[in-house]
Amino acid sequence: MGKTVIEKIIGSHTRENAEAGSIVWMDLDIRSARDFGGPNVVKNFTREYGDDPVQDRDKTFFTFDLCVPACSLKYADNQQICRSFARKKGIHVYDVDEGIGSHVLMEKGHAAGGTTVVGTDSHLNILGAVDCFGQGMGDVDITFAFRTGRSWFEVPETIRVEVSGTPGEDCSAKDLTLFLLKKLGTREAALKAVEFTGDAVFNLSLAGRITLCSMITEMAGIVGFIPGASEKTRKEISRWSGGKWSPLEPDPKAAYSNVIRIDVDGMTPQIAAPFHPHNVKDAEELKEIEVDSGFIGSCTNGRLEDFRAAARILKGRRLKSGVNLKIVPATRSVYSGLLEEGILSGLFESGAVIDNPGCGGCAEGHVGLTGEGEVQISTGNRNFEGKQGKGRTYLASPEVVAASCVLGRIGVPGEL
Amino acid sequence: MKAMNITGRIWVLTDSRGRLIEDIDTDQIYHNAFLHITDLEEMGRHALGNLEGWKDFSSKVKAGDIVVAGRNFGAGSSRQQAVDCFLALKVALIIAPSFGAIYFRNAVNSALPLLRGEGTVSKLAEKKEWRSGDVLNIDLGSGKGVNQTRRKEFQLEPMSRVQKDILEAGGLFAYGRKIIE
Repeated sequence: MGKTVIEKIIGSHTRENAEAGSIVWMDLDIRSARDFGGPNVVKNFTREYGDDPVQDRDKTFFTFDLCVPACSLKYADNQQICRSFARKKGIHVYDVDEGIGSHVLMEKGHAAGGTTVVGTDSHLNILGAVDCFGQGMGDVDITFAFRTGRSWFEVPETIRVEVSGTPGEDCSAKDLTLFLLKKLGTREAALKAVEFTGDAVFNLSLAGRITLCSMITEMAGIVGFIPGASEKTRKEISRWSGGKWSPLEPDPKAAYSNVIRIDVDGMTPQIAAPFHPHNVKDAEELKEIEVDSGFIGSCTNGRLEDFRAAARILKGRRLKSGVNLKIVPATRSVYSGLLEEGILSGLFESGAVIDNPGCGGCAEGHVGLTGEGEVQISTGNRNFEGKQGKGRTYLASPEVVAASCVLGRIGVPGEL
Repeated sequence: MKAMNITGRIWVLTDSRGRLIEDIDTDQIYHNAFLHITDLEEMGRHALGNLEGWKDFSSKVKAGDIVVAGRNFGAGSSRQQAVDCFLALKVALIIAPSFGAIYFRNAVNSALPLLRGEGTVSKLAEKKEWRSGDVLNIDLGSGKGVNQTRRKEFQLEPMSRVQKDILEAGGLFAYGRKIIE
């Protein structure tokens, strides 16, 4: 019988039969911990293994991205606990200057096609964008992974989502992602791997693939893949991975637990309304809603391409008086691109606040929090009640966030 | 070394209409208001403390009892306490058609035995072939069992090799010490 992408990746990292439904021991190429979860990993490791070495220090990393540089005493302590442990064990730390760990692992070529990666980040499955099996886990699992280089995993069944049609011209990868989330909800992909097919996904740029794969978590899925990639995207990924990347394809007779067809033809910009990411509506339906603030960034929309798109909308315009727009690049290299291309000054001129790279807009620890009664429009991936504060968060594309911050209400670029 | 053959009294988690409760989430198993508790014994007192109809579970359950629940047991957050509270009460086994993915990992890693029976568990509970108070004998490895009260055999999904190895060692860390040599 043929194999799906996830069966191929896990299969090449185990001596057992990696068929959907079986639980196998998996060799890990990379294991990582953040400033969230990391201190507990250190505590567990010290208690369980004392002075033992980590299994392979060149494959073990700390990535600080949650509260960077630390703006609370607790995070300052936690980061220092990880740094001290790292020095003792000879582990590299991607410190407070680097940005979102999952993106750093891709950019530095650690997470490349066919590799297995675990860490303390529930969006680590974003690495599916580069045909890599990433998985977020708790501190017990990650401690064990640091010491042994292994983890057990139940090979998930795979569903194939066949996307047909061409989205409307004003739609970005985020609109497509939200539209697919609206159709799939949280049941169809639950506990499953997802393979997307069809021109609308095949033609996505690397940044677009990252956006789509980052929200498999919100679909309750294990990991998402877009088998194959356009020539341009292949080059981009290969550059990051130093040529190590080659696209993974499922076998022609791979077994899928379900095949779902979704037609995206002529779709319009999409927005997830509070308090669930899958509560997705046409932007058209929400145009009366006034916004207090905007956020562009996160692991979902923090790439250079996302800021280029926002800058095109904001060029020569000012934010509506009283509206704050917060900009957080995903990584230091994205930040560098913003500087080189002069995008930063354009965003600054419009009135936006620009912060250093990190996990802003998602959880407490970085910028992008809301006060009671505040309405925020964000490019993030979660809008659960209380997640970013007491306000109400709407999820949208960088273009829609930029346009809404100029209009002072939810709106699309065409209205400017 | 954990016992791999279990005999125990079952608690079938049903609602007021007698139906097996599905999607019991980690806040119903162990409410977030008690996350600050670090003492295992104390955690036991809050097991199912937020599940309608079962708030007094911790005072009724005895060491060695078995819990039977509906599909997707342990949905939601990754909190370890939702597993630990059953360990504190010395619950011997939890049976459900399926479990939340993170809950399943946490339970396996902490050596709390879980068995799945997609298709079987709901039917047995619906047809009243399993009722709270019945005594089951189950071989964890093969998933084969008998309801001793009603003298009826049943078959759940066998435990995987990995799950069995970690369980027999007494948890992920203990298993790790065995394989690191």
